[in-house]
Amino acid sequence: MTVFGVIQFPGSCDDRDALAGADRAGEARMLWHEETDLGGIDAVIVPGGFSYGDYLRAGAIARFSPVMGAVAEFAADGGPVLGICNGFQVLCEAGLLPGALLPNAGLRFVCRQVEVEVERADTAFTGGCEPGTRLSIPVKHMSGRYFAPADALDDLEANGQVVFRYAEGHNPNGSARGIAGVCGEGRNVVGLMPHPEHAVDPLTGSDDGLGLFASAAAAGEPAAARR
Amino acid sequence: MLIRPKEGILDPQGKAVERALPALGFEGVSHVRVGRLVELEAESADHLGELCEKLLANPLIEDYEIETVDQEPRHPRTADGARRRTSPRQPGPGDVGGGGGQ
Repeated sequence: MTVFGVIQFPGSCDDRDALAGADRAGEARMLWHEETDLGGIDAVIVPGGFSYGDYLRAGAIARFSPVMGAVAEFAADGGPVLGICNGFQVLCEAGLLPGALLPNAGLRFVCRQVEVEVERADTAFTGGCEPGTRLSIPVKHMSGRYFAPADALDDLEANGQVVFRYAEGHNPNGSARGIAGVCGEGRNVVGLMPHPEHAVDPLTGSDDGLGLFASAAAAGEPAAARR
Repeated sequence: MLIRPKEGILDPQGKAVERALPALGFEGVSHVRVGRLVELEAESADHLGELCEKLLANPLIEDYEIETVDQEPRHPRTADGARRRTSPRQPGPGDVGGGGGQ
């Protein structure tokens, strides 16, 4: 069974939902931010929240956590890494994903259900999704406006690194080209602002987020079986 | 260190301040940009640029300037004055650096 490791920073708050979401697809463990050994982990989740109080810039300090060196090595070896919300910000600050997340254009904290389109099924976390599928999952953030210089955005589009895009009329924060999530060049590191871990049970309105965890679990099975 | 959003990047905080000004009777103010100021004491100015690049600013979205002011430390390291004193240093061209330095 695929083992997910969910990183817990001081100030993380979506770590337990991420643990619960990943646990529905595989086996999930919490990883304290001082951990430097990712042995036995098949996929890493960097969860949402307010790591280090969002001081300086969201994610700017968490990227220097001891565990992030191990995450960078894990990613360089092709290991699947998913950054959600603050986790996405951390991965961008760490240079594991392109771009940056700026304060929302409307200057307000946005907290609502949005429709997100999956554009690429060739990443570690979307293998089980049909391209064009619409997911109903919530956003809740203050700094979620995706930014990269225009030429970098062109490159991302050309390389198929735009993985999730807000559906028409659903861009909650002024993100460039409606980008909700991207992947790295290796396609194993994925980040998005919406929260799939908050959409894993019909009880809370949608279970559309399960597909991301299930995709990683399905892709991780061969690796897990080899161990 | 003076850190501000790069030119051309929407700064909603600056816009909000700008829109509030006419209501207070301040006319003719435009292009408001809100950044942040980081003050610190350092024994040497050698690595301040690197410090900005790696932590204090995100060069993708922010520009920074470094201004060095030579003065007695306001917060000496030890009570017995064991802290090494830095030699006087004149601001040079390297002090206003950054520009994002990508």
